Amino acid sequence: MAGNFWSILAGVPLTIALTFLAFAVGAIFGFPIWMMRMAKTRPVRLTATGFILAFRSIPPIVWLFLIFFGVGSGDISLSPFISAVIGMGLITAANMAEIYRGAYAGLDIGQTEAATALGIRTYHRFRDVIVPQMLRTALPSAVTFAIGLLKDTSIASLIGVQEVAFQVNALAQRTFTGFDIYVIAALIYVAISLPFAVIARWADLTLRLRVAR
Amino acid sequence: MIDTLSFWREWLPLLLEGLKVSVEVAFASIPIGIFLGLVFALGIQSKSKPLQALTVFVVELGRGTPVLILLQFAYFGLPSAGLALSSYAAAVAALAASTGAYTSEIIRAGLEAVPYGQKEAAIAIGLSRRDQLRDIILPQGLRIAVPPLLGFSILVFQGTSLGFAIALPELISRAYFVGSNTFHYMPIFVLAGLLFAAICVPATLLVSRLEKRLSRYTAS
Repeated sequence: MAGNFWSILAGVPLTIALTFLAFAVGAIFGFPIWMMRMAKTRPVRLTATGFILAFRSIPPIVWLFLIFFGVGSGDISLSPFISAVIGMGLITAANMAEIYRGAYAGLDIGQTEAATALGIRTYHRFRDVIVPQMLRTALPSAVTFAIGLLKDTSIASLIGVQEVAFQVNALAQRTFTGFDIYVIAALIYVAISLPFAVIARWADLTLRLRVAR
Repeated sequence: MIDTLSFWREWLPLLLEGLKVSVEVAFASIPIGIFLGLVFALGIQSKSKPLQALTVFVVELGRGTPVLILLQFAYFGLPSAGLALSSYAAAVAALAASTGAYTSEIIRAGLEAVPYGQKEAAIAIGLSRRDQLRDIILPQGLRIAVPPLLGFSILVFQGTSLGFAIALPELISRAYFVGSNTFHYMPIFVLAGLLFAAICVPATLLVSRLEKRLSRYTAS
């Protein structure tokens, strides 16, 4: 049993790497999508809304299969890991755009008014006044989303990424047992997400105080 | 383009059968899950410490475990403990358990949002604890919880797609079958995605409209 346990742990680095990369892709691409979502031009705004709705309404497994089997069987060949990073990254981007929007809506309008009154140009108003405060309000929801993302990366096992869920199933098939193996898997996921949950609580308590009211 | 359309027309009936299975599994697991959620929510508020601790443990484990692992546990894991479930039963059990864990928090928040004066008034007019809950707290608390519960139900419907991993003949399993037989993976998964979107996009828009309408009546 001890040896079995180590073979599941072998999947942990990939689970964490996939979560971090997908989150990074999403946190960065979420930004332009949020800005498009707020654009004054209707077609731009509708494109962003369509993107957000599509990636939030169609389950992750469809996107992973579409990218890995659909795109990957064409001219470009994609590894399972890269496909998973792209798929989960785009889903994260759609969700992060919504989180940024919520954070922006939560800011006091006085911040924008004061910046405008001081004659600060749009670019600097966003870079120096709005965005730093926005990120603080966005952080707790972003961490909550990241914990959900960590669990969703298990779906990547279905396209062959050898992370925790993949190792667990390989082990269950090799040993013809399952009960305790899946319980261990569940505990591993809980254990990885615990530090994130602590960070989320800390962020919620401290960062919210540093946003102007 | 024409090719894709005729390909879609050929396989749409098969995918629709799969969609029916997805809808059935969702409609079975959502009510069971919400009932479990109510039980968990009451368990967490219970005065008995061991019951409270047990409920918190179950809920945290249910929320911390990926739904995929829950499904595989129910289908591949339970037989080694002497309980063999069909892929339907395993899917409903796993999705209901996950729904219960998540919705317990939604329901608890709803119950806690009922103004304390309601409870005081119920005690003052001499209602028993059971009647306080049944006639005063639950009707008001559950009403508050309706929009987030509907939002979560959409996620459960999307979660049925993971039934693919336990050979549940739902939409994705059928699309994968078509893809691996015809090697036209792209168009068939696009069609599967469109079918999901056709249900989830209007549902999402409806829920957010309902949320806005209900929030009009909430004093802030």
